[in-house]
Amino acid sequence: MEKERHVLVVFPHPDDEAFGVSGTIATHVKNGTPVTYACLTLGEMGRNMGNPPFTNRENLPKIRKQELKEAARVLGIQDLRMLGFRDKTVEFEDDEMLSNVISGLIEELNPSLVITFYPGYSVHPDHEATGAAVVRAVGKMPKAVRPKLHCVAFSNDCVEKLGEADIINNISPVAETKLAAIKAHRSQTETMFKDMEEKLKNQDPQIMVWVNNERFWTYKFSD
Amino acid sequence: MESVDIKKVQEIINHFAGKDVYIYLETTNGAYASHHNQQFFSAGAYIRNALVRYELGKITGNGPFRVGLKIDLGWVYAEGITHYEFDEFGRLLMAGHDYNGKLAVALEISETPFE
Repeated sequence: MEKERHVLVVFPHPDDEAFGVSGTIATHVKNGTPVTYACLTLGEMGRNMGNPPFTNRENLPKIRKQELKEAARVLGIQDLRMLGFRDKTVEFEDDEMLSNVISGLIEELNPSLVITFYPGYSVHPDHEATGAAVVRAVGKMPKAVRPKLHCVAFSNDCVEKLGEADIINNISPVAETKLAAIKAHRSQTETMFKDMEEKLKNQDPQIMVWVNNERFWTYKFSD
Repeated sequence: MESVDIKKVQEIINHFAGKDVYIYLETTNGAYASHHNQQFFSAGAYIRNALVRYELGKITGNGPFRVGLKIDLGWVYAEGITHYEFDEFGRLLMAGHDYNGKLAVALEISETPFE
């Protein structure tokens, strides 16, 4: 992985950073690169609350906020920004206001790399709207000064439409950290981990490929 | 959250009758339903902080339960309620969790607006 000046990660939900990106984040932190994670919402509309449920709709954001802080701590993220938007509503916000928020972060932090979702290929409407806002913010910068923009895509048609990912980070040296970050989002991942535990113990090849490889598509601007 | 005790929940519903109350009503099958199963038609809705007043409110069924609130000009309805909590802010939080524990429906009643 190339050494960066500053990495800015922009996702809408606590735990978005954990699944596909936390190994990459942990590696940058290990390399001494400052990482900022801007998380737009607190995942207020999450459906996972344990089985039997250990919390409720109103208390979930408070729990997820703590989980997010814990995941950031595990990954060594020093700069966590909670932007105060509401889960499921990002796409209904004013587009320009949203991209201005991102432009403000880029101006302040001067990142050499920005990571977000690939608009059109990231399934959840909040993912799409977040990715689109980041693309607008980076796109309106003069080409020469734009940071690199690496996008996460996982829609069923992403490989068919975008081709294979051009960046695949093998993060096996920090796999334990990654799993700890996923686990930190306990309310969302506890049930999933119960199913995975056995496979992880047996180093199930399919699971290990999923854990150890993080793939990104470099965003292609038209200019 | 506790499993619904129909008698207790009915008492709390009665406690809000005739007052101006804020309602939160949600139903959802999650944003990933159609991603995981392309045959699945994903739908959901929520309304937060609707100010209503009901004269009559009932919880019925054998579980999962149904709740209907007869408001001045219409109705509030939720189906699939399995759990409830009368929380420290005096709000009645009702929810329906599916067989995997995931939230599928929520109906909440409060005398003060939800955050």
